[in-house]
Amino acid sequence: MISLRNIHKSYEMGKNSLHVLKGIDLNIEKGEMVSIMGSSGSGKSTLLNILGILDNYDEGEYYLDNKPIRMLSETKSALLRNEYIGFVFQSFNLISFKNAMENVALPLYYKNVSRKKRNKIALEYLDRVGLLDWAEHMPNELSGGQKQRVAIARSLIANPKIILADEPTGALDTSTSYEVMNILRNINDEGITVLIVTHENDISRMTKRVIKLKDGLIEADYVPQPLEEIAVSA
Amino acid sequence: MFDLDKWQEILATIKKNKLRTFLTGFSVAWGIFMLIILLGSGNGLQNGFEAQFRGAAKNSLWIWTGRTSVAHGGMNPGRPIRFTNSDYEDLKNNFARTEHISGRFNIWWGNQVTFNNEVHSFGIRNVHPDYQKIEALTITGGRYINHLDLKERRKVTVISTLVRDILFKDKAEEAIGKYILVNGIPFKVVGFFEDQSRNENNMRLIYIPITTAQTVFSGGNRLHEISMTIKANTLEEAQQAEKEVRSRLAAVHNFDENDRRALGTWNSFENYMQMQSIFKGIRLFIWIIGIGTIIAGIVGVSNIMIIVVKERTREIGVRKALGATPFSVVSLILFESVIITTFAGYVGLVLGVGLLELLSGIDTQFFTNPTADFRIAVSATLLLIVAGAFAGFVPARKAASIKPIEALRDE
Repeated sequence: MISLRNIHKSYEMGKNSLHVLKGIDLNIEKGEMVSIMGSSGSGKSTLLNILGILDNYDEGEYYLDNKPIRMLSETKSALLRNEYIGFVFQSFNLISFKNAMENVALPLYYKNVSRKKRNKIALEYLDRVGLLDWAEHMPNELSGGQKQRVAIARSLIANPKIILADEPTGALDTSTSYEVMNILRNINDEGITVLIVTHENDISRMTKRVIKLKDGLIEADYVPQPLEEIAVSA
Repeated sequence: MFDLDKWQEILATIKKNKLRTFLTGFSVAWGIFMLIILLGSGNGLQNGFEAQFRGAAKNSLWIWTGRTSVAHGGMNPGRPIRFTNSDYEDLKNNFARTEHISGRFNIWWGNQVTFNNEVHSFGIRNVHPDYQKIEALTITGGRYINHLDLKERRKVTVISTLVRDILFKDKAEEAIGKYILVNGIPFKVVGFFEDQSRNENNMRLIYIPITTAQTVFSGGNRLHEISMTIKANTLEEAQQAEKEVRSRLAAVHNFDENDRRALGTWNSFENYMQMQSIFKGIRLFIWIIGIGTIIAGIVGVSNIMIIVVKERTREIGVRKALGATPFSVVSLILFESVIITTFAGYVGLVLGVGLLELLSGIDTQFFTNPTADFRIAVSATLLLIVAGAFAGFVPARKAASIKPIEALRDE
């Protein structure tokens, strides 16, 4: 599904160049659930941005579903994002003046699905994350966990092959975090590849593979010890 | 390219951001509203001035006599100067710059005009046929004084529609052919006139052939004033003609041609030019204020658009991450701006025109019928729409081109 060969990325910081990724080789198969860990500055967010076609890379090769991803125009990359990737962000990034249903439906707008149809589909996805009753609510009327569930529903609606989640539990308390992780695991069980950037060990232990980054290189790539007792409290 | 879904998306955004929409719209509507009010009042002012001036031909020269104030040709000052019919004949036949000319013989007493039991006092003007053109009178029925009237010294009169209505009341249609008494002497009504100036004094008048008046009211060959229009296209030509008339009359009547007490002249061309420069000033003033208003509107729209784009950077980032192309982002913001400015511009236009419509009843000497040039108002609205779109375009394109990840970065 994802294949990275010797990916390099530097940022120009004034006169200095900051070499963030120093040659990443990585293969992720379809249906994997991977967490990317590392301290801040290790390059994990940069890697996620490149995987999500939100950012370019300087050197190397990136194949997404066997398609080379290299020097794409803004328009082309927007279309690829829409087709392949669903995003979940730490700060949810719901559009504040749209209600839950409209937020979920937004990716389908960019797929030219009619309003009626996409709102209907959005309701199905809200039902899947248990928020059907909250469809008409505005984001500021939802709790953090609810917002993240809306965001997950939004990331799923366009039938992506990959879900990229950037610290999806970073703004949530432990029990809500576990709820969100459960939803992500259920998604993964349906065969969708899930990539999670996190710095929390217990979150990474709920995934099936951990990639540890350090100073722009992969330091470790291992299967974590599963977290036996997942405490889901109401 | 009509995309219903896009419009729905934009309308939904507008509906849910009422304050922002209102602020953008208000600055546009206000700018257009003020522009229309300004244009309208400017036109009202100009219309008022022009109506004042409409009463007489713009190239007319008015000449009257007085007493000499300086010694000339061995004569003492204080000698009265008098026009006679021969002065009129001379200027009419021998002066090349004469276009239309009429003498005036004034009756200083009486002015009593009677029909049946209606007894009134109106001004009596005794003139030549050309006078109609000099005063720019409109004949609304019958005819004006003609040469046959003068030759035969007919007792005929041309009265204003106002005088007609006062004397004949509801029998106004039958007035022509009726006889009215002027200072006790019967005159036959042959026509009605209207004076285009808005001054009522110019309507409380009747006209009588000058030769008749000289005979009936014992004036001999005496003239009190000469009114004429001159062939002149420039102020210099008009002033030259005036000078020539003065020296011609000074030679005949033996006075110093620069003696303004002996011979008074008033040249409407000078007045006309003054009026023109006043109009020019008013127009310039209106344009300066109008352009200022438009610039203020443009700056207002630009400001708001820049803030809107800044405020929506994160939203744009989200949309891009979800698959929005740069084009769809730019068009979303621009269409929104265009819809708001168009609608608000239209509201300003309607309100402004509406207010002018309310004011159109105003009809005073200096302010008449304020109307705005609709084309200018519409072009100003279009200018604001384009300016708003352009002001939004630059930051919108910038926002659309930044990486979503930067727009989404947590602060």
